[in-house]
Amino acid sequence: MIPAGFDYHAPVTLSEAVALLSRYGEGAKVLSGGQSLLPLLKLRLGHAEHLVDIGRIPGLEYVKEEGGMLRIGGRTRESALEQSELIRERYPILYDTVRVIADPLVRNLATVGGNLAHGDPGNDHPATMLALGAQVVAVGPSGERVIPIDKFFLGLFTTALQPDEILTEIRVPSPPPRSGGAYVKLERKVGDYATAAAAVQVTLGANGAFDRVGLALTNVGPTPVRSQDAEDALIGKRPTDAAIAEAARRAADASSPTPDRRGSVEYKREMARVLATRALKQAVRRAGGQ
Amino acid sequence: MATHKITVTVNGAAREADVESRLLLVHLLRESFRLTGTHIGCDTTHCGACTVLLDGQPVKSCTVLAVQADGREVSTVEGLERDGKLHPVQEGFWEKHGLQCGYCTPGMLMTSCALLSRTKEPSEQDIREAISGNLCRCTGYVNIIQAIQYAAAKLRER
Repeated sequence: MIPAGFDYHAPVTLSEAVALLSRYGEGAKVLSGGQSLLPLLKLRLGHAEHLVDIGRIPGLEYVKEEGGMLRIGGRTRESALEQSELIRERYPILYDTVRVIADPLVRNLATVGGNLAHGDPGNDHPATMLALGAQVVAVGPSGERVIPIDKFFLGLFTTALQPDEILTEIRVPSPPPRSGGAYVKLERKVGDYATAAAAVQVTLGANGAFDRVGLALTNVGPTPVRSQDAEDALIGKRPTDAAIAEAARRAADASSPTPDRRGSVEYKREMARVLATRALKQAVRRAGGQ
Repeated sequence: MATHKITVTVNGAAREADVESRLLLVHLLRESFRLTGTHIGCDTTHCGACTVLLDGQPVKSCTVLAVQADGREVSTVEGLERDGKLHPVQEGFWEKHGLQCGYCTPGMLMTSCALLSRTKEPSEQDIREAISGNLCRCTGYVNIIQAIQYAAAKLRER
């Protein structure tokens, strides 16, 4: 399969890239790792007159902690995230997530920014970033703006990014002590999208009760689904089986899956409940709770 | 649609081409450079038959634009053999019967090379994970894993 024709641009600075996007507007697409965009163009499900490759702009690939935040450069490859000691030790939810994105060959090119900017509810980072309470940094013609992740996913393949904006950084608040997270995905085989998946990040208080809970689901709605209802059910409670079961039930209620070859609506909703339970329990264990 | 003059180092030798923006790396290799060892399988980023090394990392060349490889290094299966001698990974696939139809083999070999260049003593689990983006429909993977283990041992002797 060969994509329809387009013009290719390889700017070497961010301002040059933004200028190209401004000039070509809706006809232009940002090419990051290309692992979602190129298949779409090849299958001709998508079309672009201009591709603006941000792969030759220096300074967009990094993973570091700074100012109480984890900062991930928008063009950081998934494989770099996977190999980062910092991620493995301090952000187990992100390590869980990156390990189940596509396959190792795809992860050598796919980028964290691309996984979010694509706006595919089947992608894995979106739910994780919702659970973590991340922020997305976008650079456009009028400079930089910070978008809270809760305001980022607007619909199927639609995000808050404007056509002339580039996702340059993802910021995640560094977890306080007694925090833990987990991402649990059900997939038919390596490389498949999730039948369902659950992302959970918690912080426990000194008394062992939940201080903060972030819970979101993958691929069970037109956007990643954050369940505040489930989160609210846990705040101030101790992580008992009953409390976790109630929260997982509320999370499944918040989902709106569509039937496909991965399963029926009922099956997917039930899997969302089971995976939310498992992710909650794993997050609590990692936070040093029971 | 403008064409782009690119230079790609393929198996150690710099090669030039004038390419359309939309040309995929696998087509550059197979059709422009006549390196047909790299196969096209599913053409949808699943099967890994088209795996080559881009700056040493295994990638699916059906999902990379040729222009993206401008100024970079590509290694293909044709570059494995040296002076008429098989690369230890190729030798392993031969000795351990790591192929039947052979379609996935060039991709498997390149992924294996990348694994063994960063891990001297991979566990069976490391190998299974490393090749999880390369599909084989003949062998059931058992012999492929043995082939890679054979190559790892061979490389450690060097």
